[in-house]
This record gives sequence, C-alpha cells and structure tokens, in this order.
Amino acid sequence: MNFEFSDDQKQLRDQARRFLAEKCPPKTVRAVLEGKEAYDKALWKGLAEMGFLGVAIPEEFGGTGAGHLELCVIAEEMGRALAPVPFSSTVYLAAEALMLAGSDAQKQKWLPKIASGEAIGTLALFEGTGNPSAKAVKLTAANGVLNGVKKPVADGAIADFAIVAARTGTSGRETDIALYLVDLKGGGVEAKTLTNLDPSRNQAELTFKDCKAEPLGAASEGWSILSRVLDRAAVLLAFEQVGGADRALEMGRDYALDRIAFGRPIGSFQAVKHILADMYVAATLARSNCYYGAWALSTNAGELPEAAATARISATQAFQHCAKQNIQVHGGMGFTWEFDCHLYYRRSNALALSLGSLSYWEDQLIERMRKKNAA
Amino acid sequence: MNFDDTPQEAAFRAEARKWIAANAPKQYEDELRKASLGRLVLSGTNVLEAAKAWQKKKADAGWACLHWPKEYGGRGSSPIERVIWQEEEGEFGKLSRMFIIGHGMCGPTMMAYASEDQKRKYLPPLASGEKVWCQLFSEPAGGSDVAGLRTRAERDGDDWIINGQKIWTSGAHYSDYGILITRTDPTVPKHKGLTMFFLDMKSPSVEIKPIKQANGQSEFNEVYFTDVRIPDSQRLGNVNDGWNVSLTTLMNERMSIGASVATGFPELFDYCNKLMLEDGPAIDDPAVRSKLANWAVKASGLKYTAFRSISALSRGERPGPENSIGKLVAGSMIQEVATYALDLQGAAGVVSDPADAEVEGKFQAMLLRSPATRVEGGTDEILRNIIAERVLGLPGDIRVDKDVPFNKIPTKGRA
Repeated sequence: MNFEFSDDQKQLRDQARRFLAEKCPPKTVRAVLEGKEAYDKALWKGLAEMGFLGVAIPEEFGGTGAGHLELCVIAEEMGRALAPVPFSSTVYLAAEALMLAGSDAQKQKWLPKIASGEAIGTLALFEGTGNPSAKAVKLTAANGVLNGVKKPVADGAIADFAIVAARTGTSGRETDIALYLVDLKGGGVEAKTLTNLDPSRNQAELTFKDCKAEPLGAASEGWSILSRVLDRAAVLLAFEQVGGADRALEMGRDYALDRIAFGRPIGSFQAVKHILADMYVAATLARSNCYYGAWALSTNAGELPEAAATARISATQAFQHCAKQNIQVHGGMGFTWEFDCHLYYRRSNALALSLGSLSYWEDQLIERMRKKNAA
Repeated sequence: MNFDDTPQEAAFRAEARKWIAANAPKQYEDELRKASLGRLVLSGTNVLEAAKAWQKKKADAGWACLHWPKEYGGRGSSPIERVIWQEEEGEFGKLSRMFIIGHGMCGPTMMAYASEDQKRKYLPPLASGEKVWCQLFSEPAGGSDVAGLRTRAERDGDDWIINGQKIWTSGAHYSDYGILITRTDPTVPKHKGLTMFFLDMKSPSVEIKPIKQANGQSEFNEVYFTDVRIPDSQRLGNVNDGWNVSLTTLMNERMSIGASVATGFPELFDYCNKLMLEDGPAIDDPAVRSKLANWAVKASGLKYTAFRSISALSRGERPGPENSIGKLVAGSMIQEVATYALDLQGAAGVVSDPADAEVEGKFQAMLLRSPATRVEGGTDEILRNIIAERVLGLPGDIRVDKDVPFNKIPTKGRA
C-alpha cells in the first residue's frame, strides 16, 4: 500500500506553496474582498504560466497532462492561500464537464483557453434556494435557445462561458435535463454580481433571454453527467477545504504560542490546547478522507461516488470547524477586520454551500452506501 | 497512490492467508464477528482457553509476535508485515486481546531492560501465550498522573520489599507475571524516585481482587502488595530511573497501528438497514441519514488515517503523529453511536437482556461499556494534551509539583 503522494507530487506542492506565498499573500485576497477588483488577474495569469490551470488537462488540449492527483495537490494550496481567482469554477467544474462530455470541437475550443488563462468557465446549476436536484431546474432549452435565471453562479459575472443545466421536457424524470455550453460574451445573457458571504470570490445571477446555446453531451444524459462532474469537483474542492483548515489551525496555534495572558502563553491553558487538538483531529480525518477521494478520482474507481461524498462532508466539517475555532482562539482580535481570521471563516462557509451543502452530501453518502450494501 | 502490496508484501500476505485458512479456529468465527464492545461470548468454551490455544498454534508455526526477534519467540518480521498479518488474521485477532498488554508493553520493556538470560527465559512463553503478563502502573492516587503513584519498594539485602496497591490492572487474575512501577525515594520530586521491576504474580502476599465495573463485568482488578519480595535481579533499569523505563514502554507501544479501533459504526449502519420505523426503513429517514453520515466519515477518516501510517511503515519510515487520534475519536463516537441506537428503539431501548432486547442487546452492552473507552489507556483529556503538546508544539502544562519532593505534595483537595 502506498497511501501517500509521490515525491514528485510533494515537490509540486512545495512549488505551488512558494508561488502562492509570493503571489497571493492575504493583501491580495483583501484587494478582491474589498471590491478593488473582481478577481486577481495577475495571479490568474501566473497560475496559467506555472501550468497549474491545465494540470489535469491532456497535452493535446493545451494542458500539461500531469493528472488529477497533481490537481488535488494544487487545490490544497489554493485553499490554504484563499486564492481570489475563479479556479474551482473553471478547473473543477467547467473543464471537468468538458473533458467528460464535450465534443472534440468543444474541447479544442475551450480547454486550451482554460489552460492558458484566456477563458474563465463556470457551471450554472442552481436556481435559488435548494440543493442539486433535477426537479429544481426550471430554465428551459428549446431549439438551442435558453430562457431562465440561474443564481447563484460562482464566478458568473467574470466567466467567459458556462455549462448550463436546462430543462428539455416535463416527464418528471432526470432525463428531462440536458447540459448546454454558452458563450457568455455572445449576447442573450445578463450578469448581475450578488453581494455574498465571501466577497473574495464572485457570485452572480445570470439571466438567459433567448440565449443561443450548444448542447454538451447527449440530451438525455445531462443529469447523469452533472452528477459525475459534481462528484469529481467535490473531491477537488475538499482538498481546498483541507488546505484552508490546516492554515486556520496553524494560525490558531501560532497565536496561542505568541499571545500572553495571565502571565503565560494562552496555548499553555488546557482549555485552549483542547480547542486546537480538536481542530487537528478534524483536519486529520478530513485529509485522510481526501486522500481516499484522490485515489478514487485519479483511478476512476467505482468507489468514487462514495469517496467523493465522504471527502466532501469531512472536509466541509473540518474547514468550518477550524475557521470558527481559530477566531475563538484569537478572542476579540479574531473578530476584527484587520486580522485574517474572518477571511477563512467567510471562505469556509461559502465553500460549505457550493456544490450542494452538507445535508445534501450526507444524504448522498448514505444513499450510496445503502445501495452498495444492498448489492 | 495505490492500495497494492509490493511483491514482497504480496508474497508474505499469501503465505499468511494460506496458513490462517488452514489453521484458524473457524468454529469461533461467527461469534467473533458478532462480538462488539462489552461483549465477547464463545459458546461451549472459555475465552481464555480458546485464546491461549490459538496463540500457541501461531507460535509453534512462527506467527506469534511477528516483529520480535526469533530468539525471543518472534518471527523477525518488519512492521509492515505485522500489519499485513493483522489484516489477514481479521476476526481471529479478537482472540488475542488478552495478550495485547503483554505483547505490546511488557515484552518490549523486557527486551529493552532485562538481562539476556531473562529475555531468553521469559519472552518465548510470553509470545506463545503460555504465560500471560500484566502491567501494574495505575494506582488509586495515580491515574492520569501516573507518576503520583505511592506503592513503595524498599531495599532489603538482595531483595526489594513491596507494599501498596495498584488498580485497573487488566487481566491480573489470569496473569503469570507483571511489570510493576514503584516509588523507591519519596524525598525527591515525583518523577525522580520511581523504579521498575517485573514479578511473579503468584508470589506470596500478592492479593488480586476483581473490580466490579459500572457495566457489571469484571475485566480489571485491584492488586494489593503486602511485604512482597522481589529479587533485585528483577529490577528493570536503574534505581530511581523507572519513569524513563515507563516512557520506553509507552513509546514502544504501537499496537494501535493497523489494528482497527472499534467505532460502533458498522454495527449501527447494519442495524439501520434492517430496522423498520413507522414510515419505512430507518436508513431512509433523513434525520437518521444525517447522523449516519457524520459517523461514517469519522470511521472512514480513522481507517484511511491508519492507511497513511501503514504506508509510512511500508516505506520503512516511522509513522507520523496522526495515528494518535484513533482512540480519542473512536472512544466518544462509540458512546454516541450506542446512545443513538437506543434512541431509535424508543422505550424498548431500555431492555438489555440479550434474550429480549433488539439485536441481542448489542447496543445496550456497548452503551454500558463505552464510558471506559474514554478513560482507559489515556483519558480523552490526556490525549488532547498529548496532541497539543507533541504534535502542535504547544507549551506543557505548568506543573506545580514538578520540583517539590514527593512527600511534600498535598494529598487532599478540600480540607
């Protein structure tokens, strides 16, 4: 058994960590958070130059073709650094959907642009309150034209193209849902930025009015493709969450070592130690579950649906727990705008809600385990 | 990243599997599979005898204490081979529980501190299960604060005379030998006046009284020493250096790696698949699902955390600190799982007799045994301290008794 990243992958992690430490310090995150720009364009360009945007994209489509384990490694670092760029929407969702279901022409058109940083992509699935569900898709597709409203769409206001879930029938079955690829600069779509919990990332409402769209994958398979995309993205996002959890834990630990109260470092009080120990436990369990998810993702294992849900739940819990308790360890200073704790608190809660929230993945996990058990 | 054995590991696994298939006591397999926390019953036989028979059989074929040197009854295997053996032994490994302390703690301490003659004499029968060992550390006044122990050892010619009391000694009533930590100098700070010995548990004036536990069972004992004589040749390590000897014991303790820690989750998942609630199977209820999912990811997280440690072993590295979380997570989890399983049973959850209760009273037994899992072998709080200090590098506690002679440390809280 070798349940560990390889030395090459660890080197890639170190490289990504050094790059992000230089190009994405907290002030870069804050610039986007405070509305100075919609995302950090210099960082996005740098990520492309490093080959990070195309790490899982085959060489024939402009990527480096390294693979999904490498992408997991980079995702973790993006999470640690709270990178204020549309990485998850473009790389985990749009690129994965294209690679799973895109025609050769669609792949040729968009994947090289993703790898080079020229195109930002996203997935437009949600239509207001609720978790992923075929029934909740109301936006219609007829004769290659879309009508309806999607919100929230992560990075929707800065994206160049979107994969859109649309309704093509009323049978009540999942086969009513098809996926479409829409060039968002081609007209027929209006984007409105939505103020959100974590302004270091864009959230938007997209209104489609007689918008031209091309099908992505077979018409009746939209929902099944989407489910697979969500599973793949769940593993990758879980790595971001574990990266964030680890960083929040380190921040809490460092503060507990430095901060003196009652004549001693607060990290010498058991009440504080135990908070940090529990953060470590949550982050460790999540990391181990993520490794299982990474194995399943990179090998296209039959266990992927269960492994993805497991990683997603565990990493969501860990990041939320660590970000919340990091503020607690910091006390009042943790609640200031000046300290970075709230950046992690905001991101942890925003990530917890994207791709379907915790209760959705809990239900998915047990449904998948029940099916396996019955088989 | 893969789950594959190396060719050498695969060959070892095949050999182990073949031997186990031909030799394991299959008549117990079903009952062992059903055993859960607080319950192991083998019909028609006594668990101790069945355990000793299986251990002897393994030892005769060279499958006992795999990582020990051959001359001391082991196989000279690598740590990863020991893990593979545990995986292959599966349910039958549950028979070896009574040897865990002897093999995991007493044996390594003997190996580090006993004379060569003693090692050759005592270790092979320990490995083969013919002799059972226990560990006499905890005392009424020294639980988490082990170094606060008060059992005295006083020099008398070539012997030491022991007076005092130990508590929470697993298996003392069927043990042949024990390792014993004592106070030899009460006038120096507590860690500096301790000395370690091993002794024959059948020595005169060693009195063993089973503790009736809160769950009604008796796995642990009180052990009383009244003028018990131990020859100086059975001292382990230097006089007053017993604390360091005990640390060696604890450091050598790697049994948790690879061995799965009981969480109660498989039992609960299985139960929820079968249990019918008013509106259908429990497993379809959203509230049940949410609870199950939370425990599923903990159980899975522990499993893959162990896999990461095993990977380190496989590469010939020392496992990192991540494995220290196992008992901390599993201990409170199994208690919550048992509580929830009874909640699902409603008023009937109160019935605990295996003949009348749901799933033979498995969860009732689990509930009653579970408080101990959060205390034994390091309380949840001590484990959190260990993680905070040794893994995260936080400062140690301020120890008010650190530089105080042991006999000047207060012994009462409220006057």
